[in-house]
Amino acid sequence: MKTNNKEPLFHVVRRDDMSRKKAWTIRGIALVAALIVCALITTALTGDNPLSVYATIVSGAFGSNRKTWVTFQNLSVLLIISLALTPAFRMKFWNCGGEGQVLIGGLASAATMILLDGKLPNVLVIIIMITSSILAGAIWGLIPALFKAIWNTNETLSTLMMNYIATQLVAFYTVVWENPKGSGKIGIINQNSCVGWLPEIGNKYFLSVLVAIVITVILYIYLYYGKHGYEVCVVGESERTARYVGIKVEKVIIRTMVLSGALCGVAGLLLVGGINHTITTTIAGGQGFTAIMVAWLAKFNPITMIFTSFLIIFLDRGAGEIATVFELNKSFSDIITGIILFFIIGCEFFISYKVVFNSKNAKEERK
Amino acid sequence: MFDLVTFIPRAVGQGIPLLFGSTGEILTEKSGNLNLGIPGVMYVGGICGVIGAFFYEQSGSNIPALSIMIPLLCSLVGSLLMGLIFCFLTVSLRANQNVTGLAMTTFGVGVGNFFGGSLIKISGADVPSIALSATSAVFSKKLPFAGKCGWFGEIFLSYGFLAYLAIIIALVAAYIIKHTRVGLHLRAVGEDPATADAAGINVIAYKYFATCIGCMIAGLGGLYYVMDYACGVWSNDAFGDRGWLAIALVIFTIWRPNVSVLASIMFGGLYILYMYIPTGMEHMEIKELYKMLPYVVTLIVLVITSMRNKRENQPPESLGQAYFREAR
Repeated sequence: MKTNNKEPLFHVVRRDDMSRKKAWTIRGIALVAALIVCALITTALTGDNPLSVYATIVSGAFGSNRKTWVTFQNLSVLLIISLALTPAFRMKFWNCGGEGQVLIGGLASAATMILLDGKLPNVLVIIIMITSSILAGAIWGLIPALFKAIWNTNETLSTLMMNYIATQLVAFYTVVWENPKGSGKIGIINQNSCVGWLPEIGNKYFLSVLVAIVITVILYIYLYYGKHGYEVCVVGESERTARYVGIKVEKVIIRTMVLSGALCGVAGLLLVGGINHTITTTIAGGQGFTAIMVAWLAKFNPITMIFTSFLIIFLDRGAGEIATVFELNKSFSDIITGIILFFIIGCEFFISYKVVFNSKNAKEERK
Repeated sequence: MFDLVTFIPRAVGQGIPLLFGSTGEILTEKSGNLNLGIPGVMYVGGICGVIGAFFYEQSGSNIPALSIMIPLLCSLVGSLLMGLIFCFLTVSLRANQNVTGLAMTTFGVGVGNFFGGSLIKISGADVPSIALSATSAVFSKKLPFAGKCGWFGEIFLSYGFLAYLAIIIALVAAYIIKHTRVGLHLRAVGEDPATADAAGINVIAYKYFATCIGCMIAGLGGLYYVMDYACGVWSNDAFGDRGWLAIALVIFTIWRPNVSVLASIMFGGLYILYMYIPTGMEHMEIKELYKMLPYVVTLIVLVITSMRNKRENQPPESLGQAYFREAR
């Protein structure tokens, strides 16, 4: 009888037993490999030698006192957005709407600043700003959550659409509140009175950092030590199990998405009230999407997320510096980020799976 | 007065990139891959065509056949590479499709804007901006009778060849998906890869081919936009969020490329409707709300299809999930 002697060269086995240390070593190797590739590409495009490319990256992120603070401020904003998306992701609810939730939160604070200028004392304006932007973000998270909970609407796509609805709303109000007329933008809001500008702590960058730290700690406790966090995990792992043990899945979905949206609203508040003092349609700058990758790279762990968001911001600022020095387009940082992400995404395979080569011996044994 | 004869050709011009993008994405999604990298792929498709055409025009020769073939091939190769990256990561390495797709969008848009902004500096050419008028003229050449047929010619015959190609590709794709054995297998892979595998269908090959061909089709959308609609002028971020609109179209048409032919033109119309609605000078802001229409309409369709919950209107069952033969 003719046996099937066509044996594949290798096969893939799932593994669950990899130690944390080994897993992080693999990720580290992937990162180093990615950095080497990035340096080679930069060298090819600029003709600079690879080592000085790294030096430029570091000086872009930490070159001066101001640059360091800006790095930390950007890091905080990205971290807050990533943290905001985390509860939803742990529930396997793909909230791709961070961008829109941040924008709408920012829009709410801009609206408060513009409409209440000179009508209420500054403290009250700020309180209303905080509440309204958190509420606005929460509502933007609530809408897709309701669709998902009631009709099981695909959340990836519905949250994506909500982004552009938010963008157009901002565009609409940009025209309404144009200042000066005909410039097509809102400009710095309340430039003279500073009404609604969030207070500076220490220097003008530290407030975001502080907020980020507070949210990280609270969210960590919420997710790992709270009943809510546990319910989120169960719903994420298996909706049926969750129903079986008596968790109201719909309630958890809605509650988690409201939280997710509200935290995005906080990021919007910081961007408008604390950092830029104006609003544009691009104020979130794609960070709603970057945050998805940051959160995923960190395996949805708030503490790890500090490092992954640092990595992204560091490269972003560094590549921005390379672009400035060599007079290249600033989108260079997107390319670098993309390459690094591809490597890290790819290396996850070697953590969850094992490639087993079918050696000749095994074949002979089978005979 | 609302002038249909000028409105429709412009709506079609807006709609064709969306049609390419959505046809590509439908093919991809039918195989169970949710490729959120389509916006990036379309940028890459556009910029690769631009790079090809740029160097060809710089070389000084001007043969129409080559002016078409070089950018076309460059664009196809560029988007094919993007498709291969996506497939390798999600199919072979079983990475998360949402994350991979978003990373591809970041990367692709970056590549587009970077080379769009720095191509002249890198190549050291002596021109102020990228304006590929010669190539564009070939790409946007109207059908021969267009001028003689009055309004009929204006509405039906006044487009470059890529526009007709888009419609043909969409119709062929619809036929293949619905009426051929290959299409049946493709749908089986998208619905339940384990069952398809058991039936002897090569799941990995189907996923690879569907996604890569899908990406190549989508990349043509970027090429059409630059060469035909934008008259060969690349400006950064001009392509905008059309890639996401193409993904929205996939849902709007409930995964049917033939419906997409009309739907994309409708979306194109919605996209530029604001220019044709008289709002007066005092209320320019209303125009921004009109631009919101395509997204709102898509959201409503998405919710309605999930409300009615009809089996034939649902996304492919395994959409977004990696397939691992040994997983239970």
